[in-house]
Amino acid sequence: MMVRAAKIAVDIGGTFTDVVLEVDGAQVSMKVLTTYDDPANGVLDGMHQVLAKAKCAAAEIGLVLHGTTLATNALIQRRGARTALLTTEGHRDAIEMAFENRFEQYDIDIDRPVPLVPRKLRLPIKERIAADGEILVPLDEGSVAEAVATLQTQSVESVAIGFLHAYRNADHEQRVAELVRAQMPDLSITLASEVCPEIREFERLSTACANAYVRPLMARYLESLETQLRDAGVRSPLLLMTSGGGLTDLQTAARFPIRLVESGPAGGAILASHVAARCGFDRVLSFDMGGTTAKICLIDDARPLLSRAFEVDRSYRFKKGSGLPVRVPVIEMVEIGAGGGSIARVDKLSHITVGPDSAGSEPGPAAYGRGGDWATVTDADVLLGKLRPELFAGGALKLDPAASRRVVDKHVAKTLSMSIEQSAVGITEVIDENMVAAARAHAMEWGKDNGGRTLIAYGGAAPLHACQLASKLKIERIVIPNGAGVGSAIGFLLAPVRYEVVRSHYQRLQDLDRVVLDKLFAELREEAYAVVHAATSEPLDEARRAYMRYVGQGYEIAVDVPELDVPDFIAAMSSAFDDAYRGLYGRVIPDLDVEILSWTLALGTTVDVAKDVEAPKLEREASAQSVVDLYDPVQGAEVRADLYLRSDLRPGDYLSGPALIVEEQTTSVVTSAYTLIVNQLGYLIMQRRDL
Amino acid sequence: MMPSLDPIKTQLVWNRLLAIVEEQAQTLMRTAFSTVVREAGDLSAGVFNTHGLMLAQAVTGTPGHVNAMASSVGKFLAKYPVDALRPGDVLLTNDPWDGTGHLNDFTVVTPVFRNESCVALFASTSHIADVGGRGFGPDATEVFEEGLNIPIGYLFREGQLDETLMTILSANVRDPIVAEGDLYSLTACNDAGADQLMGTLTDFDLEGIDEVGAAILSTSESAMRREIEALPDGRFDYQMRIDGYDEPVDLVVSMTIAGAELVLDFAGTSPTSGYGINVPMPYTEAYASFGVRCLVGNDIPNNAGSLRTISVTAPEGCILNAESPRAVSARHAIGQMLPDVVLGCLEQALPGRTPAEGASCIWNPVFLGVGGAGNTAADNFVINPIFNGGTGARPHKDGLSTTAFPSGVRTTPTEINEVTSPLVIWRKEYRPDSGGEGEHRGGLGQTIEISHRQGAAFYVSKMFDRIQFPARGRRGGGDGAAGRVYLKEGADLPGKGKDLVPAGSTLVLETPGGGGMGDRSARDPDKVQADVDGGLVSKPK
Repeated sequence: MMVRAAKIAVDIGGTFTDVVLEVDGAQVSMKVLTTYDDPANGVLDGMHQVLAKAKCAAAEIGLVLHGTTLATNALIQRRGARTALLTTEGHRDAIEMAFENRFEQYDIDIDRPVPLVPRKLRLPIKERIAADGEILVPLDEGSVAEAVATLQTQSVESVAIGFLHAYRNADHEQRVAELVRAQMPDLSITLASEVCPEIREFERLSTACANAYVRPLMARYLESLETQLRDAGVRSPLLLMTSGGGLTDLQTAARFPIRLVESGPAGGAILASHVAARCGFDRVLSFDMGGTTAKICLIDDARPLLSRAFEVDRSYRFKKGSGLPVRVPVIEMVEIGAGGGSIARVDKLSHITVGPDSAGSEPGPAAYGRGGDWATVTDADVLLGKLRPELFAGGALKLDPAASRRVVDKHVAKTLSMSIEQSAVGITEVIDENMVAAARAHAMEWGKDNGGRTLIAYGGAAPLHACQLASKLKIERIVIPNGAGVGSAIGFLLAPVRYEVVRSHYQRLQDLDRVVLDKLFAELREEAYAVVHAATSEPLDEARRAYMRYVGQGYEIAVDVPELDVPDFIAAMSSAFDDAYRGLYGRVIPDLDVEILSWTLALGTTVDVAKDVEAPKLEREASAQSVVDLYDPVQGAEVRADLYLRSDLRPGDYLSGPALIVEEQTTSVVTSAYTLIVNQLGYLIMQRRDL
Repeated sequence: MMPSLDPIKTQLVWNRLLAIVEEQAQTLMRTAFSTVVREAGDLSAGVFNTHGLMLAQAVTGTPGHVNAMASSVGKFLAKYPVDALRPGDVLLTNDPWDGTGHLNDFTVVTPVFRNESCVALFASTSHIADVGGRGFGPDATEVFEEGLNIPIGYLFREGQLDETLMTILSANVRDPIVAEGDLYSLTACNDAGADQLMGTLTDFDLEGIDEVGAAILSTSESAMRREIEALPDGRFDYQMRIDGYDEPVDLVVSMTIAGAELVLDFAGTSPTSGYGINVPMPYTEAYASFGVRCLVGNDIPNNAGSLRTISVTAPEGCILNAESPRAVSARHAIGQMLPDVVLGCLEQALPGRTPAEGASCIWNPVFLGVGGAGNTAADNFVINPIFNGGTGARPHKDGLSTTAFPSGVRTTPTEINEVTSPLVIWRKEYRPDSGGEGEHRGGLGQTIEISHRQGAAFYVSKMFDRIQFPARGRRGGGDGAAGRVYLKEGADLPGKGKDLVPAGSTLVLETPGGGGMGDRSARDPDKVQADVDGGLVSKPK
């Protein structure tokens, strides 16, 4: 049968499952409700709908790309497997002691994150490996037998095995896995030395436990999905989106499901990178704002910033340290409790505070008329004329401005003896400033600047706030791509197949042993290749990084490792370190020794996307659909603004703020500081005017 | 009538200032060399108006710097008035009484100019690992033994580095590259703050921050005063005995609340010690106020307005108001105990709202190789890990096990300690039965067992407390377990000072537990069972 090379991308979110079909160069998308009992049902339902819409047969699908928030949700809601941890005797509390600190200085009532494995299931094994991998205490198999007995009596479904320094020597972990498997062949077993062979026991074991915790559930789900797809006539491979922005095969995903957390946001960042590449924007800030949170990601030369640290379930005001650390490759972004549903209040200093808690979608903002009684950002946006009640969600949900007035009056205006309009202005200013502060801190942490970047905004609430965010960050150009509502799934279609592996191997730079290093990279290459090869036969690129620091420092920085065959490798590494350090901190420290803690290697398909979109030319002035009242923050007053329907706009159309561009999934607000032009792909490009 | 958006504008500028000082602190934390700065956040950063009043300060790992740095800038301006300062000037001190309480803390102050007039000052403090002398530890008998003291003076004068000062510093410390690097970090983080402030003034179309500053101070002060007014008037007394260096120390405090005034007076507290655990007044003020602020106005930012609502006094000659030349290097060992005694007073004003006493003082041993002829890595090493005990049970919750309070430090992983030293940490585990009993249990301490991998001897320098006098329970709750330091082979070691762990020996540290809250018979049976199941508590007696 002739395959039309159709590709289908599916993103399972907390509320909706987004499905995008790409066939014959066109995209058809669909949102269906996420089906929690078996999420595969929702996927199949959405798939059948888009196939019908595109008159495409299941057998014509050449590739299925999939990202899901199921692993993340299982961690947040603590719905994972009954998990045990086998660990070095004397150290079973490492995953609970964590850093022994409080993430909030002035609150005596904070709770530290509760580990995924309770103490009675953290079982000590007699063994000990030294920092250099040498065995100090041989494995006592009797202590393994005792642990196995506990696993059996306690009906454990999944086990993580993680010993001190096993990133250097995994013999004990592997032997214990054999012993356990022999007794309990059906038990899900995760080795810390396989999930995250990286120094620092708390983070490594936390990662291993999280993997073990979600593994049975994810394996079941992926199996069910594969079966259902096959039964529906889909014959193509299924690839999974990872948090690092690369696709991986089903078997790897089922083995290391922890790598699937945050795949949705990664898809969004991939989309933004693709837009950046095609339009030739080399410095980009991607900005995704939904109902509960906003996510901001730095993208240079069409590559999103990557890191290896992430926290799941920051349960205390999204604060660092209040979640469970996970060390897997991730697209680095900052997440802020700022969304359309964020709740505004007045604190004891008579200041307006907004978020981080959100009214969510149920009951949602008061304007939704579903019983919401909090003053939210959406309510403020309604009162300022940014959201048109009759046009919201394509008319499917008529907003109730009277309800917005009531809640803003009740929760903010009355307390501050301020007008309702001024209160609404205050709410939006505060949420915008919150996002600005987070964006600045994030850029600074990575030694970068926001000024002069291009802002790529997507997600339901981002285009409402993009102009003000951009103004405050000295950003002159804003891009609103198409299909902002299903951006993550579109991103999956654009993602490379890519897999990164890590190994901690401590070396002083000056004593760097090339033989050891070549061997280490050969092992890493083999490990990555086995995974990538299962998913693609395309040519592969290799990226190597070292995690280095000055001797005695506490944090490593990521340094690109030069070609392994350069003549003076140590000098090349040294200058690569200097460049990276200077990039982050502005200067280097002469005469200080440098050490390397870990090495990573990533293999992936090439994603070099050529610039193929020209800067749009002004062709015709767009024609407005109507004129409405809108608060313009530049003039600090309500003004008359043109309203356009995005569906009416054609490439080359231009217009000036203040204006509103309405589409089904969002509204773009153009303040009087910006003009707008539509590019050849239909993207809205706003440009700051010379004031 | 003022334009009505003004309060919002003030709020936005205030929020910006708070963000700026956080960024200033982040810059410092990420570029500093001292481990405790980077890992533990032992630093502070803030912005001041031209009268030396602090407008915003970063929330860092060190409550001990709060009031200390706030009052420090005023002392700089007393010596170098604003009118005498020029663009490019940078001032410096590490004087314990003008700065933040010991010689390791360097405070750098940078004036910021706009249109040729000084509009604000940025200050930052960080802990520099070594300042010469005996090194960081409690064993000196005078401050002169504790290292180099640099009085308030210029580090840069109109952009020119004071080479003489740098030369003297370099000649007097063990690791001059690091010390010099840290001074540049301090200077750079102030500059970063200044840049951000300039941008903010432009964004909000302001000439300076005096107007907004006045609003910040008055809003904060009145918010704090309202909080204090809501407390019952009266005098509340409390005292607590702790180990001290060579003899017990009594911390005695009376809290007087009268209307919107709150005064803490430490009269009756033990006199100064002959060793380096004495506390200069600014550090006493910091930890004493922190005790109040944990409960009263804990969401009001720290600035000169909110800080001036709490007065702290201690008589001359008292260990909490030590004068030069008393030794002060390990002033944290006493200072970190102050929130417990202040909370003891507050419990009487706010019954049932305060936590029980906790381990409180961090246990931060310094492990050193014995050095000597071999000169291998195995006998020349220094590591300075931090271990914590349990916090006191909270009014409605158990205490936190192995968690720093009031300090906000983070610890170093075992694997890192073992990579950077020849020591093996055989055990680092919760210490069962160490939390004080009660309806809510005190946080648990931990047991640490350490030996040299090759069986060699090594030194341990200790600044530990709560070995003789454990954390007490509240409202009928039991005491937390006392701490203990001993050799596995037998002998107990004292909590303070430097000792040799002989070849072949294993050192055991048992950190103290937190006190319990309420009667243990009222404890939820599910929690009792969970503690037993988890092995945190032996079978109930």
